[in-house]
Amino acid sequence: MEYTDKVVDHYTNPRNVGKIEDASGVGEVGNPVCGDIMKMFIKVENNIIVDVKFKTFGCGAAIATSSISTEMIKGKTIEEALALKNTDVVNSLGGLPPVKLHCSVLAEEAIHEAIADYYRKEGKMTEEEIREKCNLKEHHCEHCGD
Amino acid sequence: MDTIYLDNNATTKTDDEVLKAMFPYFSESYGNPSSIYKIGRENRRAVEEAREKVAEVLNCEPNEIYFTAGGSESDNTAIRGIAYSYKKKGNHIITSKIEHPAVLETCKQLEKEGFEVSYIGVDENGIVKLDELQSAIRPTTTLITIMFANNEIGTIEPIKEIGEIAKKNNIVFHTDAVQAVGSVRIDVQELNIDSLSLSGHKFYGPKGIGALYVKKGVQFQKFINGGHQERNKRAGTENVPGIVGLGKAIELAYQDLEEHNKKIKELRDYYVEQIEKRVPYIKVNGDREKRLPGNSNISFRFIEGEGLLLNLDLKGICASSGSACTSGSLDPSHVLLAIGLPHEIAHGSLRISIGKYNTKEEIDYTIDSIVEIVARLREMSPLWEEFNEKK
Repeated sequence: MEYTDKVVDHYTNPRNVGKIEDASGVGEVGNPVCGDIMKMFIKVENNIIVDVKFKTFGCGAAIATSSISTEMIKGKTIEEALALKNTDVVNSLGGLPPVKLHCSVLAEEAIHEAIADYYRKEGKMTEEEIREKCNLKEHHCEHCGD
Repeated sequence: MDTIYLDNNATTKTDDEVLKAMFPYFSESYGNPSSIYKIGRENRRAVEEAREKVAEVLNCEPNEIYFTAGGSESDNTAIRGIAYSYKKKGNHIITSKIEHPAVLETCKQLEKEGFEVSYIGVDENGIVKLDELQSAIRPTTTLITIMFANNEIGTIEPIKEIGEIAKKNNIVFHTDAVQAVGSVRIDVQELNIDSLSLSGHKFYGPKGIGALYVKKGVQFQKFINGGHQERNKRAGTENVPGIVGLGKAIELAYQDLEEHNKKIKELRDYYVEQIEKRVPYIKVNGDREKRLPGNSNISFRFIEGEGLLLNLDLKGICASSGSACTSGSLDPSHVLLAIGLPHEIAHGSLRISIGKYNTKEEIDYTIDSIVEIVARLREMSPLWEEFNEKK
């Protein structure tokens, strides 16, 4: 399966590339050994994600999923952002080749990690509560064991 | 936008002269070479003339050349065929870690069938370690199969030395010369090569046609069963247009070899020199001297190869990468890992392979494009950011 026009559009002109200096939360997932790292920066005001930026090391699909997911959570509440599933990201791109589906999972996880980081900085919840609310998974890469 | 084709190690454009030589055998003289009537005999003659051309280039006898459907079939035929023919003597094969999958996967399959295989390492430039090869030899070793030149990093292996080691130890030596034929002068007698694979489409010939040289006296079992074609070693009606095309292509390639190589090498060296000058934090892979004239393989740190390829494609530039994303697996190229590159640097590799049709203008446009795309992808890369923060 080839990349859809939407994927091509997003890796050619990625939206929201960069970093937020005074980010409310930063989430980083993936590792360079596997060839994908996504770093997501969010700015939260009154429970709303008012700004989001990303940096990604990875293939076309990794760049496109990061880009479109920043668009999908910008202006949304934290709960809405947490409800975003990797399949929503895939659907909004018009599909991804099967071997690239893990990129959409990374995008979902990067958002969750950024929100968890925001909660940690806020200091109102225990780590256990944060992990449950953000549905944090133990990162496990079958490939490199990281 | 015009296509700028810089993937000549993957395949090449069929030369117009080659096409012209092939055409009559599709629609005018279309007889089966095994038939006795005129258009059958014409086809037999065409096949044998092509065989002579291949034999002349390799400095062997025409009856030591077998036509196949390509490089992979030649490798499969030689390795399996020789391994099984010498099974009574032993079941041990020696190969390298940087072979083409046509060789590696055949060896892995043979391991499942009870053979033992040693995979020899290479140095940081991709040159097979001869001492390791030497000490891997056992009384049961029947076959050494080492590639002539590597398809990813272009390194040319010490074939003459390997041939000598094989000869001294009475071991059959096969070489996958798919990347070398058409770029390097090869004398199978001088180099002590017992068996060699080549493929037509790597030197401006058609796809789907290859040849296998096997020295007289070296045993190999047939791979494709059926009729008695190719001296009962490869069944199937001969692909006459393909064979004619391969014959023409190999003739043309060696007519102007030094002239083409000089031009191609100049463009390649210019490309590498400019990239080294204009892009920081890169690594040029493969041996600087012992390498194919058109091949370059450069790792761009902090970025991933597929992103680079996709952006080059948007500019009409065709190249390839050793990143995992382009190999269809999670691992980057086995060749880049074998020369000791860390995964993250192997992921950012770009192979540009220049051919006889490329121009300086195309290379200049490509250099400018790479400089711009690498800078853009690095701006996007968290690894680049971390690296700059640490500095």
